[in-house]
Amino acid sequence: MLRLLSSCFQSNPRRESRSPEQQRWYPILALTYDSRMDIAALFPNGWSNYLVGGIFIGGAVSLLFILTGLIGGMSTVFTSTWSYVSRHSFFQQAKFTGSRVWRLYYAAGLILGTFIWMITLGSPQSPGVGVGFLLVGGFLVGFGARLSNGCTSGHGICGVASWQVPSILAVITFLATAIGTAHIIEALGWMA
Amino acid sequence: MSTTENPAPTVPARPAMAKNLAALLAGALFGFGLAISSMIRPAAVLDFLRFDDFGLLLVLGGAAGVTTIAYKLAPRLLTRPILGGQFGEHPSVLNARTIGGAAIFGIGWGICGVCPGPAIAGLGAGEFMLVAALVGIFAGAFVHGRFFEK
Repeated sequence: MLRLLSSCFQSNPRRESRSPEQQRWYPILALTYDSRMDIAALFPNGWSNYLVGGIFIGGAVSLLFILTGLIGGMSTVFTSTWSYVSRHSFFQQAKFTGSRVWRLYYAAGLILGTFIWMITLGSPQSPGVGVGFLLVGGFLVGFGARLSNGCTSGHGICGVASWQVPSILAVITFLATAIGTAHIIEALGWMA
Repeated sequence: MSTTENPAPTVPARPAMAKNLAALLAGALFGFGLAISSMIRPAAVLDFLRFDDFGLLLVLGGAAGVTTIAYKLAPRLLTRPILGGQFGEHPSVLNARTIGGAAIFGIGWGICGVCPGPAIAGLGAGEFMLVAALVGIFAGAFVHGRFFEK
């Protein structure tokens, strides 16, 4: 385990000598035959930022729970906010009208947090994805997450952390369809 | 700001403003973590989904690991949350909606690399194009609630 961790810090000296086709599949191959030496190939941009970011996110969901007992999934705000606009009975349930205010504060906090990051450690970002993809993908994300009653945070963090089997199965399902979709789109050459 | 703008007559358990500020603080930490881990960039998420960079698994694993500790320990060490109320639970049911919805969510995620948290958070780092994703997500949530629920 220690050797595994220490190998994360080293860049792979053999990286340059590979053909583009080999590099394309290298992360997969590394998993199968030489994971001790080539773990760095799985994280071409390093691994520590990801882990630190994940700990911040987990700390945020934990803090919300310890202070208020609330479960900090993100997708419900997209339904609860409709309760301000739509009289439809589904949106007017107490679980949405009773949570819509703190959920908007939670969402505002997200924007505040990335803004603080941008002016301290970071810099302005751009999505790098076309508007059509964002609209169509966003629609399916909103519909699917609400039908499933959870998203990457609701099922992936809160559900997994409370050892809910349905959430774990949901995470496996959405990772599988997302990975499949992204590979199909790449194979079709739709994204430059 | 006054607490009267919280129109929830059925759930008055916690002091409303303290709860809202706790949510704001937790949201800010969440957004900061998403930014550090570059998850606010859809392109970085798509890099994971195409197997070019496995960092997302560390983000998800790290976050779920820390949260597991809080979810398991807090209800044992504290009788109630610090600001009052009671400890909630993530309600999830094993049925066709949970799994089918997750499958549809994943297809959308694979198309755009945006999930609900980063769609909001990215705005704070100047990714104003994400408004398109937000419009899509709000529309999808509306169609779900209006036509697929009673």
